[in-house]
Amino acid sequence: MNRKFTGRVWKLGDDIDTDIIIPTQFLALKSVEDMKRYAFYPLRPRLPELINPGDIIVAGKNFGCGSSREQAPEIIAALKVGCIIAKSYARIFYRNAFNNGLLLLENEELYDCCGEGDEVSVNLESSKVSLGKKAFKVSSIPRDLLKMVEAGGLVPFMRERNGK
Amino acid sequence: MGYTLAEKIIMKNTGKKSVTPGELLNVNVDRVMVHDIFAPFVVEKFKEMGFEKVWNPDKIVFVYDHLVPTSFIEDFRHHKIGDDFAREQNIKAVHRSDGVCHQLMPELRYVVPGQVVFGTDSHTTTYGAIGAFSTGIGYTEMAAIFGTGELWIKVPPTLKFNINGDLPKGVYAKDIILRILGDIGADGATYKAMEFSGSTIDGLSISSRMTLSNMAVEAGAKVGVIAPDEKTFAFSGVDGKEYQDLKSDHDAKYEKIFTYDASSLQPVVACPSNVDNISDVKALYGTKIDQGFIGSCTNGRLEDLEIAAEILKGRKIAPFTRLIVTPASRSIYAEAAKKGIIGILVEAGAIMNPPSCGLCCGRSGGIVSDGEKVIATNNRNFLGRMGSPKSEIFLASPATVAAAVLEGKIVDPRKYL
Repeated sequence: MNRKFTGRVWKLGDDIDTDIIIPTQFLALKSVEDMKRYAFYPLRPRLPELINPGDIIVAGKNFGCGSSREQAPEIIAALKVGCIIAKSYARIFYRNAFNNGLLLLENEELYDCCGEGDEVSVNLESSKVSLGKKAFKVSSIPRDLLKMVEAGGLVPFMRERNGK
Repeated sequence: MGYTLAEKIIMKNTGKKSVTPGELLNVNVDRVMVHDIFAPFVVEKFKEMGFEKVWNPDKIVFVYDHLVPTSFIEDFRHHKIGDDFAREQNIKAVHRSDGVCHQLMPELRYVVPGQVVFGTDSHTTTYGAIGAFSTGIGYTEMAAIFGTGELWIKVPPTLKFNINGDLPKGVYAKDIILRILGDIGADGATYKAMEFSGSTIDGLSISSRMTLSNMAVEAGAKVGVIAPDEKTFAFSGVDGKEYQDLKSDHDAKYEKIFTYDASSLQPVVACPSNVDNISDVKALYGTKIDQGFIGSCTNGRLEDLEIAAEILKGRKIAPFTRLIVTPASRSIYAEAAKKGIIGILVEAGAIMNPPSCGLCCGRSGGIVSDGEKVIATNNRNFLGRMGSPKSEIFLASPATVAAAVLEGKIVDPRKYL
């Protein structure tokens, strides 16, 4: 994973819950690939076809609240979203995201400053994101967690532990 | 220095002499629960991780509840993968149609006070009602537990909710937790422990306490704990003498203490589409309702069916209105049948669904369509949760739901009590 990257913004609001990210009706589909076309279905049904690899989701507070369904971060990772930058995250989603190699960053101000379609640059080395000339501080990711994201998540991490 | 109940359970589990909120540590898992909808993913990740044998087959419980009975041809895949894995790994506790996981785990005594328990469902916080440290995780972490028997946690700071006094007639545990959610918000307890205490909590049944702990996760909490007492020991079938220390110390450090006077509480409703969008029932008077739902791991227990039956007895639900009732477990269903409660509900116009998650997860029996309004006893009113994203879900106590279906609109349940 590149530690410096730029992406186009998709803006979502506060309390984007896991039922919005992937409704239960689609949870028993066979694979994450089958499921990902229903991402954000109740809120914005066409979003999965519009998201390009490397795009960035910018959201308000409590992103990922609700269910423990890990399909939620997994399908966002499968859409190849570069990262999510939200005001805050729900805890189960937060753990599930990192376990699936999906990078989450936190910042309070960016959401209110950016518009959909804007370009945002992320620099993990300096823990900063920038929008035009404005720079915003994001909380730094603990090294171990970043390593796990870069390895692709908890599965490869455990494989290594098991010598596979 | 004193410790909170959540901290004391962690200390008991790890043998540590002290813990501090924010500290990361590994806990030994006393029991885990996997439900059908995630079973294939846990199995897949377990194998991908390179594990061959689970750490302890006797500590694993499988519950099929989301896809029971199956609604689509493909649903059986989940049960088959679960069954095959259980046979291969010698996992004996597999419940194929006995009820909702969060009812079964405490009811069948898979979880008892003082334990550390994880489940693949967010409402695993329910077991805090009997003094366990229990929380929901994803399937990848569950696969790692299957292989190793442990999981890292962050010791949570505790928010204490001290609730005292008698609840007024027509006000229930559901109204307490909805009020709290309205006050602190859907992220008001993110990564924290919620602890419920006070004379009101002492007076609540285990079922009502489970309603509180179940919905702690709706404020983002990691756990929603209640110190075990004589009622808990009787329910869990354990010797209370061993658990005398399983309560917060008098000098425990809380992040914040909230105080409620139970006598001032009213029946409330969570309005679409957020659990913390709380309104007094009176302010919604007359809101048209198409369907009611009584059930789920929040409010599908015997006392909930009894409360509904008390209101519905000898009456008929309103024309053009439906009522779906889903007992939380097989034993609750049987007991309600024995007591004549099922007869009362059915005669009033209820459709009985088999013990399961039912309509709560929008996967079976009672899916709603565009423009419909549902009033329900479960834990979430998220957009599209029960079917169409153009439907609306209101959350309330079983009494408020029963009263609403009698009139086809939201009313104050106290007029029927």
